[in-house]
Amino acid sequence: MPHEPYAVEMRGITKRFGTITANRAVDFALRKGEVQALLGENGAGKTTLMRILYGLYHADEGDIFVDGQMADIRSPRHAIAHGVGMVTQHFALVPPITVTENIILGYTDRFNIDLDAAHNKVAEASRRFGIAIEPRALVKNLSVGERQRVEIIKALYRDAKVLILDEPTAVLAPQEADELFESLKRLRDSGLSVIFISHKLHEVMAITDRVTVLRSGELAGTVNTAETNQADLAKMMVGRETFGVTKSDVNGRQGDIALRLEKISALDSKELVALKEISFEVRTGEILGLAGVSGNGQSELAQVLEGTRPSTGGRVSANGREITNAGPEQIMATGVGRIPEDRHESVVAEMTVAQNMALEHLHEFVRRGMLDKKRIRAHAETLIEAYQIKARPNDRIRTLSGGNMQKVILARVLERNPSVIIVAQPTRGLDVGATEYVRQKLLEQRQRGAAILLISEDLDEILELSDRIAVIYEGEIMNVLPAAEADIERLGLLMCGVSV
Amino acid sequence: MDDTLFVTFLVGLIAATLRVATPLVYGSIGEVITERAGILNLGIEGIMFLGAFAGFAVAAKSFEAGIGGYLWLGLLGAIVSGVLMALLMGLLTVTLGLNQHVSGLGITLLAIGLSLFGFRLVFGESSVLPSVDPFSQLFVFGETPILGPIFKQYLLTYVAFLVLVPLAWWLLYRTSFGLELRSVGENPEAADAAGVNVFRTRYLALVIGGALMAVGGAFLSIAQLGAFSPGIIAGRGWVCIALVIFARWDPIRATAGAVLFGAVFALQLRLQTLGFDLPFEVFLALPYLVTILALAITGRNANYPGAYLKPYRRE
Amino acid sequence: MQIKIERSPAPVWFRPLIPLLAIVFTFVITASLVLLVNANPLSAYYYFLIDPLSSRVSAIEVLVKSTPLILTGAAVTFAFVGGYWNIGAEGQLLMGATAATAIGLQMHGVPAWIAIPLMILGGFLAGMLWALAPALMRVKLAIDEVVTTLLLNSVALLIVSALLNGPWRDPISQWPQSPEIAPSAIFPKLIPRSRLHLGFILAVIVVILVWFVLTRTAFGLRMRAVGMGSSAARFAGINVDRTMLISGLVSGGIAGLAGVTEVAGIHYHLIDAISGGHGYTGIIVATLGTLNAWGVLLAALFIGLIDTGAQTVSRALGVPVYLGDVIQAALLLVTLGFLLLQGYRIRWRRKG
Repeated sequence: MPHEPYAVEMRGITKRFGTITANRAVDFALRKGEVQALLGENGAGKTTLMRILYGLYHADEGDIFVDGQMADIRSPRHAIAHGVGMVTQHFALVPPITVTENIILGYTDRFNIDLDAAHNKVAEASRRFGIAIEPRALVKNLSVGERQRVEIIKALYRDAKVLILDEPTAVLAPQEADELFESLKRLRDSGLSVIFISHKLHEVMAITDRVTVLRSGELAGTVNTAETNQADLAKMMVGRETFGVTKSDVNGRQGDIALRLEKISALDSKELVALKEISFEVRTGEILGLAGVSGNGQSELAQVLEGTRPSTGGRVSANGREITNAGPEQIMATGVGRIPEDRHESVVAEMTVAQNMALEHLHEFVRRGMLDKKRIRAHAETLIEAYQIKARPNDRIRTLSGGNMQKVILARVLERNPSVIIVAQPTRGLDVGATEYVRQKLLEQRQRGAAILLISEDLDEILELSDRIAVIYEGEIMNVLPAAEADIERLGLLMCGVSV
Repeated sequence: MDDTLFVTFLVGLIAATLRVATPLVYGSIGEVITERAGILNLGIEGIMFLGAFAGFAVAAKSFEAGIGGYLWLGLLGAIVSGVLMALLMGLLTVTLGLNQHVSGLGITLLAIGLSLFGFRLVFGESSVLPSVDPFSQLFVFGETPILGPIFKQYLLTYVAFLVLVPLAWWLLYRTSFGLELRSVGENPEAADAAGVNVFRTRYLALVIGGALMAVGGAFLSIAQLGAFSPGIIAGRGWVCIALVIFARWDPIRATAGAVLFGAVFALQLRLQTLGFDLPFEVFLALPYLVTILALAITGRNANYPGAYLKPYRRE
Repeated sequence: MQIKIERSPAPVWFRPLIPLLAIVFTFVITASLVLLVNANPLSAYYYFLIDPLSSRVSAIEVLVKSTPLILTGAAVTFAFVGGYWNIGAEGQLLMGATAATAIGLQMHGVPAWIAIPLMILGGFLAGMLWALAPALMRVKLAIDEVVTTLLLNSVALLIVSALLNGPWRDPISQWPQSPEIAPSAIFPKLIPRSRLHLGFILAVIVVILVWFVLTRTAFGLRMRAVGMGSSAARFAGINVDRTMLISGLVSGGIAGLAGVTEVAGIHYHLIDAISGGHGYTGIIVATLGTLNAWGVLLAALFIGLIDTGAQTVSRALGVPVYLGDVIQAALLLVTLGFLLLQGYRIRWRRKG
């Protein structure tokens, strides 16, 4: 059967970053007028592959064909010229200018801009594609969902025939996500080809025609959505049934309350309400998992508990001592260990491993007013050995792999046997080995009797490690369930703000 | 002071205000354009200095060679010198992504050093300062009372207020280039993703800005004074830096600021010549102090361009 | 053989070589200016770098010229290491000089062992005070310190000018220069019949102190942490605001000392050219010294050598003395660029 050329075809794409291979000989083909999912775990290479297609990265090897023709895409400008548009996770919008200005940016043939005419053209495009936006609004005043619509219109306005959406629902409320799906179906029916990057199985099942799965940078396979199911896709994604770590005892030996939050509220960096009267407690010897869709207040909650963001109301206490709005130093002194979401924001990249390991408790490394460099080094050597870190004490920490950097942070916290551990996205971006190591360590700490708050967007991680699971949605705790009562469906509904 | 004397005083003051403001208008609009693209060009003091020198040297040498349009050649020379310095600044901060303030200060030191070196080279160490016949003023309203003296200005002053200011506004807010320039200064990642060439846009902003700064310097040497001396710029570049912040990165407000400073400067000069014993330094310190005060008041909300001082790297 | 350039930190032994490479490169590109005056670049380099060291008098002069540069370089280093971009050493120096003059004028009849420490202390405090407003604005209001410290330089110069045209105008000559400070306030000479004065010792002591604080104390490590990554420092429980405030203020104080040494060691009165850009040169010194105390000392001596050498070159070859300024500025920019090499490593590999 002579078939129509693919809308996009990528052949043998390989991309390396230093020693890491993000994509290895990946083939990918998108038919015209289909929605195809690009599925994979965090770090599987989905975004890298699409950034190559959009000209933000250059492939080390491999070719790209658009509509059957070899395309040399060296920058987004070339991609746009080939009819490829992309909506990235971090919106590529300029906040202080209008919607119209954002849409025509880099895409006007006239030097002199007639603003009224431009507004009208954008309004007309908004009607034609059935996506509502206000051309004259300043982007900085728009909600996340509205900004996403601006991004989509921006791509379509440039005559995109292929639209790449990078985890578009990660930032959306469920209704907004539904609305997006409706729009996508309409656009597909009118001939648009869509690549939908996701790691959420139910979405993939719901709106795609075909699914391509990537696993650690390699192609795991392409299947028709109608001929597969969530379980099979999950197996393709992960490449095995389960992870190697298991809780030794399901019920654990939970004791007293070690961490208590009472009606904690806080603002985000844009001074908008991020947390609304959050209350829960974590007991010794238990892991409380906090699940939720990205951006529902998890980061802010972690920061409040880490002492880097003030709360605007409520109380926090650890081990019976109040630590509401205390600084990091005081929080650590009450026996709280902190493993933050962003590794790079918690270590000084240009400093050595040894210095970073000592930094949180520098006063312990001073002798007669001077830094005790020998002790700093010896301390680092001990930890490096105990935690199997592949580094030397004097290596600058930025030269370490993500896994080793996380081990440094883990070592720095765990060596003090904290009674409470706040840990956020502990395995994000780590390879399988490092991930298992980190999870194993957390379970050991639970066994030791630490109270652990595990904040994670990785639902599998939550299900695997937690004794109880709390779900956060728009800055509020929806419910707290014992692990035995929690299943994916129920958690999924709660994460979308549906009380069950 | 009787009425006619007062009117004469006022008229003289207005005329002087526009004259004093002219180099500041060129300089601060040049800086606005550069900073809106996300680059703080602290090379402005040196570029104005070099513009003053290059303009003067080219004009003087062309005159010696008997070329008629020697002043225009001088102006061209100044522009070329400003563009070259801007390109160097671009190499350092846009291509290499080096620290903008240290690079800018380096450019200032380099441009001043080169000018003084060049001055010795071209004119030797004679005790008599060289000079040229400068641009003459235009008598738009002839010798009409009041209007006559106020509008007796240099062509470059007319160009600054009547052409440059509206042109800069139009360029920034009503052209695709201006849109790209502002976007590159606010969110270069977004501009890049939209297909804008961030590096080229930033270079262009630097070049336009550098040319304008150099013209501002050349105005002093080949229009107002007809000579060059080491004290010719005397911190005017820093005044422009202050004006740009005070004006919250807007060319119209920067012009207003330049006129305000021009007025204060002209006033203190006049009061001094009238024999008032004033610490004139207080007046001269005003633009700096007012800017610092304005920053202290607006604080965090000072509307800095989003990518101010940040180099752009595409991974 | 295959040569590969990688993005990974340069080997440790290579780092101190970067400023040396920058110096060589700068001299190569500035040779074009020497050629413009039909002079031989090699002999120009001889007069720049060797001749000043060949006589005792001019070698001492190198030390004299480098004294304020050691101090401003140390001042800038102390701020930059702490992540505080103090561009205001020039103004802080001027305020230090003003305070030293004000104190020195009152020291008639006071013994030197009181007068000199008082001036040093006063100059340090004045520099600190001048650095206070921008540092507070940075810490409390998050206002970028680059512009505020820079603008205050011009204000400081105007204050000096107002003093010299007003209360301190020399009553006899009517020149804008202050009366001479008391004899007991004048820094003693280290070598009789030379210009080398106590200020040089003071500068070296400051370098030692800066080195000690930055590399041997917990505060120094905290300061470096703040400078390299303020969010990580904050996460680790370091009081970022206080640390940055202290580094800004101490930097201002050290720059103020440079004003003291120029008044008490060289001029004995205040003039508005008392600095002539030493504050800005401090940025060159700090950059060339790679923000390292001993590096600052060497860099300041080198810049002092170029300052002295520029005069010999000018006398011997007729090259305008300003070539020295051009070389210094070019050196700043070249060093800044060459420091990028810290992030690269060249590997040789046999093919196969």
